[in-house]
Amino acid sequence: MGRSSAAGLLIALAVLIAGLILAFSVGRYPVALGDLLNVVTAKLTGRTSDAPAAVQNVILFVRGPRVLAAALVGAALSVAGAAFQGLFRNPLVSPDLLGASSGAALGAVIGIYLSLGMLQIEGLAFIGGLVAVAAVYLIGSSMNPRDPVLVLVLTGVVIGALLGAGVGLMKYLADQYNQLPAMTFWLLGSLASITAADLLPLFVPVALGTAVLLALRWRMNVMSLPEEEARALGVSTGPLRIAIVVAATLITSASVATAGVIGWVGLIVPHIARTLVGPDFARLIPASALLGGGFLLAVDTIARTMTPTEVPLGILTAVVGTPFFIWLLASVSKTWA
Amino acid sequence: MILSGHSLTIGYRDHIVGRDLDVALNTGEVLALLGPNGGGKTTLLKTLLGLLAPRGGEVRLGDRCLSDYSNRARARLIAYVPQFHAVTFAFTVETVVLMGRTAHGDLFSRPSTVDRELAGRMLDRFGIAHLKDRPYTMISGGERQLVLLARALAQEPQFVVLDEPTASLDFGNQGKVMREIRALGSSGHGVLFTTHDPNHAMRAADRAYLLRGGERIGEGATGEVLSRTQLETLYQTPIELISDTGNGRTAFLPG
Repeated sequence: MGRSSAAGLLIALAVLIAGLILAFSVGRYPVALGDLLNVVTAKLTGRTSDAPAAVQNVILFVRGPRVLAAALVGAALSVAGAAFQGLFRNPLVSPDLLGASSGAALGAVIGIYLSLGMLQIEGLAFIGGLVAVAAVYLIGSSMNPRDPVLVLVLTGVVIGALLGAGVGLMKYLADQYNQLPAMTFWLLGSLASITAADLLPLFVPVALGTAVLLALRWRMNVMSLPEEEARALGVSTGPLRIAIVVAATLITSASVATAGVIGWVGLIVPHIARTLVGPDFARLIPASALLGGGFLLAVDTIARTMTPTEVPLGILTAVVGTPFFIWLLASVSKTWA
Repeated sequence: MILSGHSLTIGYRDHIVGRDLDVALNTGEVLALLGPNGGGKTTLLKTLLGLLAPRGGEVRLGDRCLSDYSNRARARLIAYVPQFHAVTFAFTVETVVLMGRTAHGDLFSRPSTVDRELAGRMLDRFGIAHLKDRPYTMISGGERQLVLLARALAQEPQFVVLDEPTASLDFGNQGKVMREIRALGSSGHGVLFTTHDPNHAMRAADRAYLLRGGERIGEGATGEVLSRTQLETLYQTPIELISDTGNGRTAFLPG
Protein backbone atom coordinates (compact mmCIF):
# COMPACT_ATOMS: atom_id res chain seq x y z
CA MET A 1 0.00 0.00 0.00
CA GLY A 2 2.75 2.43 1.04
CA ARG A 3 4.83 2.20 -2.12
CA SER A 4 2.02 2.42 -4.68
CA SER A 5 0.31 5.38 -2.99
CA ALA A 6 3.66 7.20 -2.72
CA ALA A 7 3.95 6.71 -6.48
CA GLY A 8 0.43 8.11 -6.85
CA LEU A 9 1.39 11.24 -4.90
CA LEU A 10 4.46 11.68 -7.10
CA ILE A 11 2.28 11.46 -10.23
CA ALA A 12 -0.05 14.09 -8.76
CA LEU A 13 2.94 16.33 -8.00
CA ALA A 14 4.21 15.87 -11.56
CA VAL A 15 0.78 16.94 -12.88
CA LEU A 16 0.92 20.14 -10.82
CA ILE A 17 4.47 20.95 -11.97
CA ALA A 18 3.53 20.29 -15.60
CA GLY A 19 0.50 22.57 -15.17
CA LEU A 20 2.66 25.33 -13.67
CA ILE A 21 5.22 25.16 -16.48
CA LEU A 22 2.45 25.08 -19.11
CA ALA A 23 0.60 28.03 -17.60
CA PHE A 24 3.73 30.18 -17.28
CA SER A 25 5.13 29.44 -20.75
CA VAL A 26 2.08 29.39 -23.04
CA GLY A 27 0.29 32.57 -24.07
CA ARG A 28 0.35 35.53 -26.38
CA TYR A 29 3.90 36.15 -25.16
CA PRO A 30 5.61 32.69 -25.02
CA VAL A 31 8.23 32.22 -22.31
CA ALA A 32 11.14 29.77 -22.74
CA LEU A 33 11.63 27.17 -20.01
CA GLY A 34 15.17 28.45 -19.31
CA ASP A 35 13.95 32.00 -18.76
CA LEU A 36 11.14 30.73 -16.53
CA LEU A 37 13.55 28.75 -14.30
CA ASN A 38 15.94 31.72 -14.24
CA VAL A 39 13.30 34.22 -13.13
CA VAL A 40 11.62 31.93 -10.60
CA THR A 41 14.86 30.81 -8.90
CA ALA A 42 16.05 34.41 -8.85
CA LYS A 43 12.79 35.47 -7.20
CA LEU A 44 12.94 32.65 -4.65
CA THR A 45 16.59 33.22 -3.72
CA GLY A 46 16.37 37.02 -3.76
CA ARG A 47 18.94 37.47 -6.57
CA THR A 48 18.31 39.79 -9.49
CA SER A 49 17.51 37.89 -12.66
CA ASP A 50 19.45 38.45 -15.90
CA ALA A 51 16.43 37.60 -18.10
CA PRO A 52 15.00 40.42 -20.28
CA ALA A 53 12.80 42.82 -18.31
CA ALA A 54 9.77 42.07 -20.50
CA VAL A 55 10.05 38.35 -19.71
CA GLN A 56 10.35 39.07 -15.99
CA ASN A 57 7.33 41.32 -16.21
CA VAL A 58 5.19 38.67 -17.90
CA ILE A 59 6.19 35.92 -15.45
CA LEU A 60 5.99 37.87 -12.20
CA PHE A 61 3.25 40.42 -12.78
CA VAL A 62 1.09 39.41 -15.76
CA ARG A 63 0.90 35.62 -15.38
CA GLY A 64 2.15 35.18 -11.81
CA PRO A 65 -0.99 36.11 -9.84
CA ARG A 66 -3.28 34.33 -12.30
CA VAL A 67 -1.20 31.13 -12.27
CA LEU A 68 -1.07 31.04 -8.47
CA ALA A 69 -4.82 31.72 -8.27
CA ALA A 70 -5.60 28.96 -10.77
CA ALA A 71 -3.48 26.46 -8.82
CA LEU A 72 -5.07 27.53 -5.52
CA VAL A 73 -8.68 27.51 -6.77
CA GLY A 74 -8.22 24.11 -8.48
CA ALA A 75 -6.66 22.68 -5.33
CA ALA A 76 -9.34 24.24 -3.11
CA LEU A 77 -12.33 22.96 -5.08
CA SER A 78 -10.81 19.48 -5.26
CA VAL A 79 -10.02 19.25 -1.55
CA ALA A 80 -13.52 20.47 -0.66
CA GLY A 81 -14.99 17.97 -3.13
CA ALA A 82 -13.03 15.10 -1.59
CA ALA A 83 -14.24 16.12 1.88
CA PHE A 84 -17.91 16.35 0.82
CA GLN A 85 -17.77 13.04 -1.07
CA GLY A 86 -16.47 11.33 2.06
CA LEU A 87 -18.94 13.06 4.36
CA PHE A 88 -21.95 12.25 2.15
CA ARG A 89 -20.62 8.76 1.33
CA ASN A 90 -21.14 9.36 -2.35
CA PRO A 91 -18.50 9.71 -5.06
CA LEU A 92 -20.86 11.77 -7.25
CA VAL A 93 -21.13 14.74 -4.88
CA SER A 94 -19.56 18.14 -5.56
CA PRO A 95 -18.38 20.80 -3.09
CA ASP A 96 -21.34 23.11 -3.80
CA LEU A 97 -23.87 20.45 -2.75
CA LEU A 98 -24.92 22.42 0.33
CA GLY A 99 -25.41 25.70 -1.51
CA ALA A 100 -21.94 27.26 -1.21
CA SER A 101 -21.84 28.14 -4.92
CA SER A 102 -25.42 29.34 -5.26
CA GLY A 103 -25.09 31.44 -2.09
CA ALA A 104 -21.84 32.94 -3.34
CA ALA A 105 -23.40 33.54 -6.76
CA LEU A 106 -26.30 35.47 -5.24
CA GLY A 107 -23.88 37.51 -3.12
CA ALA A 108 -21.78 38.36 -6.17
CA VAL A 109 -24.66 39.34 -8.47
CA ILE A 110 -26.08 41.57 -5.72
CA GLY A 111 -22.64 43.16 -5.48
CA ILE A 112 -22.51 43.69 -9.25
CA TYR A 113 -26.08 45.04 -9.24
CA LEU A 114 -25.13 47.58 -6.59
CA SER A 115 -22.06 48.49 -8.69
CA LEU A 116 -19.67 47.72 -5.83
CA GLY A 117 -15.91 47.34 -6.22
CA MET A 118 -14.25 44.03 -7.00
CA LEU A 119 -13.12 43.29 -3.43
CA GLN A 120 -16.58 44.09 -2.04
CA ILE A 121 -18.19 41.79 -4.62
CA GLU A 122 -15.81 39.02 -3.58
CA GLY A 123 -16.57 39.71 0.06
CA LEU A 124 -20.34 39.50 -0.57
CA ALA A 125 -19.86 36.26 -2.50
CA PHE A 126 -17.83 34.78 0.34
CA ILE A 127 -20.46 35.76 2.94
CA GLY A 128 -23.27 34.52 0.65
CA GLY A 129 -21.66 31.07 0.46
CA LEU A 130 -21.24 30.80 4.22
CA VAL A 131 -24.78 32.04 4.97
CA ALA A 132 -26.33 29.64 2.44
CA VAL A 133 -24.56 26.60 3.90
CA ALA A 134 -25.36 27.69 7.47
CA ALA A 135 -29.05 28.03 6.52
CA VAL A 136 -29.09 24.61 4.86
CA TYR A 137 -27.39 23.08 7.87
CA LEU A 138 -29.69 24.67 10.45
CA ILE A 139 -32.88 23.83 8.55
CA GLY A 140 -31.71 20.32 7.71
CA SER A 141 -30.67 19.40 11.23
CA SER A 142 -33.67 21.06 12.95
CA MET A 143 -35.84 18.28 11.51
CA ASN A 144 -33.92 15.81 13.67
CA PRO A 145 -34.19 13.11 11.02
CA ARG A 146 -33.16 9.46 11.14
CA ASP A 147 -30.92 9.93 8.11
CA PRO A 148 -29.34 13.36 8.69
CA VAL A 149 -27.15 13.12 5.60
CA LEU A 150 -29.98 12.58 3.13
CA VAL A 151 -32.06 15.40 4.62
CA LEU A 152 -29.07 17.77 4.41
CA VAL A 153 -28.62 16.96 0.73
CA LEU A 154 -32.29 17.52 -0.07
CA THR A 155 -32.37 20.77 1.92
CA GLY A 156 -29.33 21.87 -0.08
CA VAL A 157 -31.17 21.19 -3.33
CA VAL A 158 -34.22 23.17 -2.20
CA ILE A 159 -32.31 26.17 -0.85
CA GLY A 160 -30.09 26.09 -3.95
CA ALA A 161 -33.19 26.42 -6.13
CA LEU A 162 -34.40 29.42 -4.11
CA LEU A 163 -31.00 31.10 -4.37
CA GLY A 164 -31.03 30.38 -8.10
CA ALA A 165 -34.31 32.25 -8.34
CA GLY A 166 -32.66 35.14 -6.50
CA VAL A 167 -29.83 35.16 -9.04
CA GLY A 168 -32.41 35.12 -11.85
CA LEU A 169 -34.20 38.10 -10.31
CA MET A 170 -30.98 40.12 -10.07
CA LYS A 171 -30.14 39.33 -13.71
CA TYR A 172 -33.66 40.38 -14.72
CA LEU A 173 -33.33 43.67 -12.85
CA ALA A 174 -29.77 44.36 -13.99
CA ASP A 175 -28.74 46.95 -16.55
CA GLN A 176 -28.33 44.84 -19.65
CA TYR A 177 -25.37 46.69 -21.14
CA ASN A 178 -22.93 46.70 -18.23
CA GLN A 179 -24.16 44.69 -15.28
CA LEU A 180 -25.71 41.72 -17.07
CA PRO A 181 -22.55 40.76 -19.03
CA ALA A 182 -20.50 41.14 -15.83
CA MET A 183 -22.92 38.86 -13.96
CA THR A 184 -22.95 36.28 -16.74
CA PHE A 185 -19.17 36.29 -16.96
CA TRP A 186 -18.84 35.87 -13.20
CA LEU A 187 -21.43 33.09 -13.06
CA LEU A 188 -19.49 31.14 -15.69
CA GLY A 189 -16.21 31.45 -13.80
CA SER A 190 -13.06 33.29 -14.80
CA LEU A 191 -9.61 34.14 -13.54
CA ALA A 192 -9.10 36.96 -16.06
CA SER A 193 -9.39 39.80 -13.56
CA ILE A 194 -7.15 38.32 -10.85
CA THR A 195 -4.59 40.67 -9.31
CA ALA A 196 -1.91 40.13 -6.69
CA ALA A 197 -4.27 41.69 -4.11
CA ASP A 198 -6.71 38.80 -4.58
CA LEU A 199 -4.20 36.15 -3.56
CA LEU A 200 -4.09 36.63 0.20
CA PRO A 201 -7.91 36.66 0.76
CA LEU A 202 -8.00 33.46 -1.31
CA PHE A 203 -5.03 31.77 0.31
CA VAL A 204 -5.88 32.28 4.01
CA PRO A 205 -9.34 30.61 4.12
CA VAL A 206 -8.20 27.82 1.78
CA ALA A 207 -5.11 27.09 3.89
CA LEU A 208 -7.13 27.23 7.14
CA GLY A 209 -9.85 24.89 5.89
CA THR A 210 -7.37 22.46 4.38
CA ALA A 211 -5.35 22.37 7.60
CA VAL A 212 -8.48 21.44 9.57
CA LEU A 213 -9.37 18.68 7.10
CA LEU A 214 -5.81 17.32 7.15
CA ALA A 215 -5.83 17.26 10.94
CA LEU A 216 -9.09 15.28 10.94
CA ARG A 217 -7.95 12.89 8.15
CA TRP A 218 -8.35 9.65 10.12
CA ARG A 219 -11.70 10.63 11.61
CA MET A 220 -12.87 11.50 8.08
CA ASN A 221 -12.12 7.93 7.00
CA VAL A 222 -14.40 6.65 9.75
CA MET A 223 -17.04 9.30 8.92
CA SER A 224 -17.39 7.81 5.44
CA LEU A 225 -18.93 4.70 7.04
CA PRO A 226 -22.68 4.59 7.80
CA GLU A 227 -23.65 7.01 10.59
CA GLU A 228 -24.34 4.47 13.35
CA GLU A 229 -21.24 2.47 12.58
CA ALA A 230 -19.05 5.56 12.87
CA ARG A 231 -20.64 6.37 16.24
CA ALA A 232 -20.15 2.80 17.47
CA LEU A 233 -16.46 3.15 16.57
CA GLY A 234 -16.24 6.09 18.98
CA VAL A 235 -16.68 9.08 16.67
CA SER A 236 -18.95 11.96 17.73
CA THR A 237 -20.44 12.33 14.27
CA GLY A 238 -22.55 15.47 14.92
CA PRO A 239 -19.79 17.91 15.98
CA LEU A 240 -17.34 16.37 13.52
CA ARG A 241 -19.77 16.80 10.62
CA ILE A 242 -20.11 20.49 11.49
CA ALA A 243 -16.31 20.89 11.59
CA ILE A 244 -15.90 19.25 8.18
CA VAL A 245 -18.76 21.24 6.60
CA VAL A 246 -17.38 24.53 7.97
CA ALA A 247 -13.85 23.78 6.76
CA ALA A 248 -14.97 22.68 3.29
CA THR A 249 -17.38 25.62 2.98
CA LEU A 250 -14.65 28.10 3.92
CA ILE A 251 -12.50 26.63 1.15
CA THR A 252 -15.30 26.59 -1.45
CA SER A 253 -16.61 30.07 -0.67
CA ALA A 254 -13.15 31.62 -0.89
CA SER A 255 -12.53 30.10 -4.31
CA VAL A 256 -16.00 30.89 -5.68
CA ALA A 257 -15.63 34.47 -4.42
CA THR A 258 -12.34 34.84 -6.32
CA ALA A 259 -12.99 32.92 -9.50
CA GLY A 260 -16.76 32.70 -9.88
CA VAL A 261 -18.68 29.47 -10.31
CA ILE A 262 -16.45 26.74 -11.76
CA GLY A 263 -18.29 23.44 -11.80
CA TRP A 264 -17.06 19.87 -12.18
CA VAL A 265 -13.50 20.30 -10.83
CA GLY A 266 -14.50 19.34 -7.30
CA LEU A 267 -16.42 16.34 -8.59
CA ILE A 268 -13.93 14.90 -11.08
CA VAL A 269 -10.55 15.48 -9.47
CA PRO A 270 -11.13 13.66 -6.15
CA HIS A 271 -12.27 10.64 -8.13
CA ILE A 272 -9.05 10.56 -10.16
CA ALA A 273 -7.05 11.15 -6.98
CA ARG A 274 -8.79 8.17 -5.37
CA THR A 275 -7.76 5.87 -8.20
CA LEU A 276 -4.16 7.10 -7.76
CA VAL A 277 -3.74 6.88 -3.97
CA GLY A 278 -6.85 5.13 -2.60
CA PRO A 279 -9.61 6.51 -0.37
CA ASP A 280 -7.52 7.18 2.80
CA PHE A 281 -7.85 10.93 3.42
CA ALA A 282 -4.26 11.19 4.67
CA ARG A 283 -3.19 10.79 1.04
CA LEU A 284 -6.42 11.71 -0.75
CA ILE A 285 -6.36 15.35 0.44
CA PRO A 286 -2.81 16.12 -0.75
CA ALA A 287 -3.30 14.17 -3.97
CA SER A 288 -6.56 16.02 -4.72
CA ALA A 289 -4.90 19.39 -4.06
CA LEU A 290 -1.96 18.66 -6.38
CA LEU A 291 -4.09 17.19 -9.18
CA GLY A 292 -6.76 19.89 -8.91
CA GLY A 293 -4.14 22.62 -9.12
CA GLY A 294 -2.61 21.05 -12.23
CA PHE A 295 -6.01 20.45 -13.82
CA LEU A 296 -7.27 24.03 -13.41
CA LEU A 297 -3.92 25.44 -14.60
CA ALA A 298 -4.31 23.45 -17.82
CA VAL A 299 -7.96 24.49 -18.24
CA ASP A 300 -7.18 28.15 -17.53
CA THR A 301 -4.31 28.11 -20.04
CA ILE A 302 -6.73 26.83 -22.67
CA ALA A 303 -9.30 29.43 -21.60
CA ARG A 304 -6.97 32.35 -22.24
CA THR A 305 -5.20 31.05 -25.37
CA MET A 306 -7.77 29.06 -27.38
CA THR A 307 -9.54 32.05 -28.92
CA PRO A 308 -8.74 35.78 -29.14
CA THR A 309 -11.30 36.46 -26.39
CA GLU A 310 -11.35 34.54 -23.11
CA VAL A 311 -13.53 31.45 -22.85
CA PRO A 312 -15.29 31.21 -19.45
CA LEU A 313 -13.78 28.46 -17.30
CA GLY A 314 -17.11 26.97 -16.31
CA ILE A 315 -17.86 26.22 -19.95
CA LEU A 316 -14.56 24.41 -20.49
CA THR A 317 -14.85 22.36 -17.28
CA ALA A 318 -18.40 21.40 -18.26
CA VAL A 319 -17.21 20.20 -21.67
CA VAL A 320 -14.60 18.00 -19.98
CA GLY A 321 -16.78 17.14 -17.00
CA THR A 322 -20.00 15.95 -18.61
CA PRO A 323 -18.56 12.96 -20.51
CA PHE A 324 -16.45 12.11 -17.48
CA PHE A 325 -19.49 12.19 -15.22
CA ILE A 326 -21.48 9.92 -17.53
CA TRP A 327 -18.60 7.46 -17.58
CA LEU A 328 -18.34 7.69 -13.78
CA LEU A 329 -22.08 7.15 -13.37
CA ALA A 330 -21.91 4.07 -15.58
CA SER A 331 -19.04 2.55 -13.61
CA VAL A 332 -20.26 3.53 -10.14
CA SER A 333 -23.87 2.45 -10.61
CA LYS A 334 -22.66 -1.10 -11.22
CA THR A 335 -21.23 -1.30 -7.72
CA TRP A 336 -24.38 0.07 -6.08
CA ALA A 337 -26.16 -3.03 -4.90
CA MET B 1 -18.78 -6.26 33.99
CA ILE B 2 -22.49 -6.17 33.15
CA LEU B 3 -24.34 -4.47 30.30
CA SER B 4 -27.99 -4.24 31.26
CA GLY B 5 -31.30 -2.64 30.39
CA HIS B 6 -33.80 -1.85 33.15
CA SER B 7 -37.55 -1.42 32.43
CA LEU B 8 -36.66 -0.23 28.97
CA THR B 9 -39.15 1.43 26.69
CA ILE B 10 -37.58 1.30 23.25
CA GLY B 11 -38.47 3.02 20.00
CA TYR B 12 -38.19 6.15 17.93
CA ARG B 13 -39.54 9.63 18.47
CA ASP B 14 -42.79 8.92 16.65
CA HIS B 15 -43.48 5.38 17.78
CA ILE B 16 -42.76 3.01 20.63
CA VAL B 17 -41.51 -0.43 19.62
CA GLY B 18 -41.35 -2.22 22.97
CA ARG B 19 -42.06 -1.72 26.68
CA ASP B 20 -40.91 -3.02 30.03
CA LEU B 21 -37.87 -4.87 28.80
CA ASP B 22 -35.22 -6.09 31.22
CA VAL B 23 -32.09 -7.63 29.85
CA ALA B 24 -28.63 -8.33 31.24
CA LEU B 25 -25.43 -9.53 29.67
CA ASN B 26 -22.35 -10.59 31.60
CA THR B 27 -18.83 -10.73 30.22
CA GLY B 28 -17.95 -14.28 29.17
CA GLU B 29 -21.56 -15.01 28.26
CA VAL B 30 -23.25 -15.34 24.85
CA LEU B 31 -26.85 -14.15 24.56
CA ALA B 32 -28.99 -14.73 21.45
CA LEU B 33 -31.89 -12.42 20.65
CA LEU B 34 -34.65 -14.16 18.70
CA GLY B 35 -37.97 -13.04 17.32
CA PRO B 36 -40.03 -12.44 14.21
CA ASN B 37 -39.39 -9.53 11.86
CA GLY B 38 -40.55 -6.21 13.28
CA GLY B 39 -40.54 -7.59 16.83
CA GLY B 40 -38.01 -5.04 18.06
CA LYS B 41 -34.75 -7.01 17.93
CA THR B 42 -32.72 -4.37 16.11
CA THR B 43 -34.29 -1.53 18.13
CA LEU B 44 -33.34 -3.26 21.38
CA LEU B 45 -29.86 -3.92 20.02
CA LYS B 46 -29.31 -0.29 19.09
CA THR B 47 -30.63 0.88 22.45
CA LEU B 48 -28.18 -1.39 24.28
CA LEU B 49 -25.39 -0.12 22.01
CA GLY B 50 -26.16 3.47 22.98
CA LEU B 51 -26.96 4.37 19.36
CA LEU B 52 -30.61 4.97 20.22
CA ALA B 53 -31.69 6.66 23.45
CA PRO B 54 -34.20 4.61 25.48
CA ARG B 55 -37.68 6.20 25.56
CA GLY B 56 -37.98 5.06 29.17
CA GLY B 57 -35.91 3.15 31.72
CA GLU B 58 -32.14 3.07 31.50
CA VAL B 59 -29.22 1.16 30.07
CA ARG B 60 -26.33 0.59 32.46
CA LEU B 61 -22.76 -0.37 31.67
CA GLY B 62 -20.75 -1.39 34.72
CA ASP B 63 -21.74 0.94 37.54
CA ARG B 64 -22.72 3.88 35.33
CA CYS B 65 -25.57 4.84 33.07
CA LEU B 66 -24.63 4.22 29.40
CA SER B 67 -25.61 7.76 28.41
CA ASP B 68 -22.93 9.11 30.78
CA TYR B 69 -20.22 7.59 28.61
CA SER B 70 -18.69 9.58 25.76
CA ASN B 71 -18.77 7.97 22.31
CA ARG B 72 -15.08 7.19 22.69
CA ALA B 73 -15.29 5.72 26.18
CA ARG B 74 -18.26 3.58 25.15
CA ALA B 75 -16.51 2.34 21.99
CA ARG B 76 -13.62 1.08 24.11
CA LEU B 77 -16.07 -1.19 25.95
CA ILE B 78 -18.74 -2.15 23.38
CA ALA B 79 -18.05 -3.09 19.77
CA TYR B 80 -20.74 -3.30 17.11
CA VAL B 81 -20.75 -5.63 14.14
CA PRO B 82 -23.42 -4.28 11.78
CA GLN B 83 -25.29 -6.36 9.27
CA PHE B 84 -23.54 -7.09 6.01
CA HIS B 85 -23.38 -3.77 4.20
CA ALA B 86 -21.86 -2.08 1.19
CA VAL B 87 -19.23 0.57 1.81
CA THR B 88 -18.83 3.42 -0.66
CA PHE B 89 -15.06 3.66 -0.84
CA ALA B 90 -12.52 0.93 -1.46
CA PHE B 91 -10.58 1.04 1.81
CA THR B 92 -8.12 -1.82 2.24
CA VAL B 93 -9.03 -4.63 4.65
CA GLU B 94 -6.24 -3.47 6.96
CA THR B 95 -7.62 0.09 7.05
CA VAL B 96 -11.10 -1.20 7.89
CA VAL B 97 -9.70 -3.22 10.81
CA LEU B 98 -7.61 -0.22 11.92
CA MET B 99 -10.81 1.83 12.13
CA GLY B 100 -11.50 -0.29 15.21
CA ARG B 101 -8.60 1.53 16.87
CA THR B 102 -10.24 4.96 16.43
CA ALA B 103 -11.58 5.16 19.98
CA HIS B 104 -8.10 4.49 21.37
CA GLY B 105 -6.63 7.58 19.71
CA ASP B 106 -7.48 11.26 20.09
CA LEU B 107 -9.29 13.52 17.61
CA PHE B 108 -6.27 14.17 15.40
CA SER B 109 -4.31 10.93 15.69
CA ARG B 110 -3.78 8.18 13.16
CA PRO B 111 -3.27 4.51 13.99
CA SER B 112 0.26 3.85 15.29
CA THR B 113 2.67 0.99 14.66
CA VAL B 114 1.32 -0.67 17.80
CA ASP B 115 -2.22 -0.37 16.37
CA ARG B 116 -1.01 -1.94 13.11
CA GLU B 117 0.53 -4.88 14.94
CA LEU B 118 -2.69 -5.41 16.87
CA ALA B 119 -4.74 -5.26 13.66
CA GLY B 120 -2.34 -7.81 12.15
CA ARG B 121 -2.93 -10.18 15.08
CA MET B 122 -6.71 -9.85 14.67
CA LEU B 123 -6.44 -10.63 10.95
CA ASP B 124 -4.35 -13.68 11.86
CA ARG B 125 -6.87 -14.82 14.45
CA PHE B 126 -9.60 -15.01 11.81
CA GLY B 127 -7.29 -16.45 9.16
CA ILE B 128 -7.61 -13.50 6.78
CA ALA B 129 -4.10 -12.02 7.00
CA HIS B 130 -3.63 -12.68 3.28
CA LEU B 131 -6.46 -10.20 2.52
CA LYS B 132 -4.69 -7.31 4.31
CA ASP B 133 -4.05 -5.15 1.23
CA ARG B 134 -7.16 -6.12 -0.72
CA PRO B 135 -9.95 -3.53 -1.13
CA TYR B 136 -12.78 -4.30 1.31
CA THR B 137 -15.23 -3.85 -1.57
CA MET B 138 -13.62 -6.71 -3.52
CA ILE B 139 -13.85 -9.56 -1.00
CA SER B 140 -16.68 -12.04 -0.42
CA GLY B 141 -19.54 -11.61 2.06
CA GLY B 142 -18.11 -14.25 4.38
CA GLU B 143 -14.72 -12.56 4.34
CA ARG B 144 -16.32 -9.18 5.07
CA GLN B 145 -18.06 -10.58 8.13
CA LEU B 146 -14.70 -11.87 9.41
CA VAL B 147 -13.11 -8.46 8.71
CA LEU B 148 -15.86 -6.78 10.74
CA LEU B 149 -15.27 -9.28 13.57
CA ALA B 150 -11.54 -8.47 13.43
CA ARG B 151 -12.39 -4.76 13.54
CA ALA B 152 -14.65 -5.30 16.57
CA LEU B 153 -11.88 -7.12 18.44
CA ALA B 154 -9.38 -4.40 17.47
CA GLN B 155 -11.52 -2.12 19.66
CA GLU B 156 -10.42 -4.36 22.58
CA PRO B 157 -13.96 -4.27 23.95
CA GLN B 158 -15.60 -6.10 26.85
CA PHE B 159 -18.80 -6.60 24.84
CA VAL B 160 -19.43 -7.45 21.19
CA VAL B 161 -22.90 -6.85 19.73
CA LEU B 162 -23.74 -8.38 16.35
CA ASP B 163 -26.80 -7.68 14.19
CA GLU B 164 -27.77 -10.82 12.27
CA PRO B 165 -24.18 -11.91 11.77
CA THR B 166 -25.15 -14.84 9.53
CA ALA B 167 -27.94 -13.20 7.53
CA SER B 168 -26.22 -13.05 4.16
CA LEU B 169 -23.72 -15.88 4.48
CA ASP B 170 -23.59 -19.25 2.78
CA PHE B 171 -24.05 -22.44 4.84
CA GLY B 172 -20.35 -23.02 5.45
CA ASN B 173 -19.61 -19.42 6.47
CA GLN B 174 -22.62 -19.43 8.83
CA GLY B 175 -20.97 -22.28 10.73
CA LYS B 176 -17.63 -20.51 10.76
CA VAL B 177 -19.06 -17.26 12.12
CA MET B 178 -21.06 -19.13 14.77
CA ARG B 179 -17.88 -20.90 15.94
CA GLU B 180 -16.13 -17.52 16.18
CA ILE B 181 -19.01 -16.11 18.24
CA ARG B 182 -18.78 -19.07 20.62
CA ALA B 183 -15.00 -18.48 20.84
CA LEU B 184 -15.56 -14.80 21.71
CA GLY B 185 -17.61 -15.84 24.71
CA SER B 186 -14.96 -18.35 25.77
CA SER B 187 -12.28 -15.65 25.60
CA GLY B 188 -14.21 -13.58 28.13
CA HIS B 189 -16.27 -11.23 25.95
CA GLY B 190 -19.93 -10.61 26.59
CA VAL B 191 -21.61 -11.34 23.26
CA LEU B 192 -25.11 -10.36 22.11
CA PHE B 193 -26.37 -11.32 18.68
CA THR B 194 -29.67 -11.37 16.85
CA THR B 195 -30.57 -14.27 14.61
CA HIS B 196 -33.46 -15.73 12.67
CA ASP B 197 -32.25 -19.27 13.23
CA PRO B 198 -32.94 -20.91 16.62
CA ASN B 199 -30.36 -23.56 15.73
CA HIS B 200 -27.65 -20.90 15.69
CA ALA B 201 -28.74 -19.82 19.14
CA MET B 202 -28.65 -23.46 20.31
CA ARG B 203 -25.09 -23.90 19.09
CA ALA B 204 -23.45 -20.59 19.93
CA ALA B 205 -25.38 -19.03 22.82
CA ASP B 206 -25.59 -19.71 26.55
CA ARG B 207 -28.89 -17.92 26.91
CA ALA B 208 -31.69 -16.87 24.61
CA TYR B 209 -34.06 -13.89 24.79
CA LEU B 210 -37.34 -14.15 22.88
CA LEU B 211 -38.92 -10.93 21.68
CA ARG B 212 -42.32 -10.72 20.01
CA GLY B 213 -44.26 -7.50 19.32
CA GLY B 214 -41.93 -5.59 21.62
CA GLU B 215 -42.55 -7.93 24.55
CA ARG B 216 -40.27 -10.45 26.15
CA ILE B 217 -42.03 -13.80 25.96
CA GLY B 218 -39.20 -15.91 27.27
CA GLU B 219 -35.64 -15.79 28.54
CA GLY B 220 -33.22 -18.33 29.94
CA ALA B 221 -30.66 -21.03 29.21
CA THR B 222 -30.95 -22.03 25.55
CA GLY B 223 -31.65 -25.67 26.43
CA GLU B 224 -34.70 -24.65 28.45
CA VAL B 225 -36.14 -21.68 26.65
CA LEU B 226 -35.73 -22.97 23.10
CA SER B 227 -38.50 -25.57 23.10
CA ARG B 228 -40.92 -26.43 20.35
CA THR B 229 -43.88 -24.83 22.12
CA GLN B 230 -41.95 -21.61 22.95
CA LEU B 231 -40.82 -21.25 19.34
CA GLU B 232 -44.36 -21.91 18.06
CA THR B 233 -45.59 -19.08 20.27
CA LEU B 234 -42.72 -16.86 19.17
CA TYR B 235 -43.16 -17.33 15.43
CA GLN B 236 -46.89 -18.25 15.40
CA THR B 237 -46.21 -21.20 13.15
CA PRO B 238 -45.87 -24.99 13.59
CA ILE B 239 -42.30 -26.06 14.34
CA GLU B 240 -40.81 -29.50 13.84
CA LEU B 241 -38.19 -30.85 16.22
CA ILE B 242 -35.72 -33.38 14.88
CA SER B 243 -33.16 -35.29 16.94
CA ASP B 244 -29.93 -36.99 16.01
CA THR B 245 -30.28 -40.45 17.55
CA GLY B 246 -26.48 -40.76 17.59
CA ASN B 247 -25.48 -37.84 19.83
CA GLY B 248 -28.91 -36.79 21.06
CA ARG B 249 -28.62 -33.24 19.70
CA THR B 250 -31.73 -31.55 18.37
CA ALA B 251 -32.58 -29.06 15.67
CA PHE B 252 -35.70 -27.11 14.72
CA LEU B 253 -37.37 -26.81 11.34
CA PRO B 254 -40.15 -24.37 10.51
CA GLY B 255 -43.26 -26.42 9.76
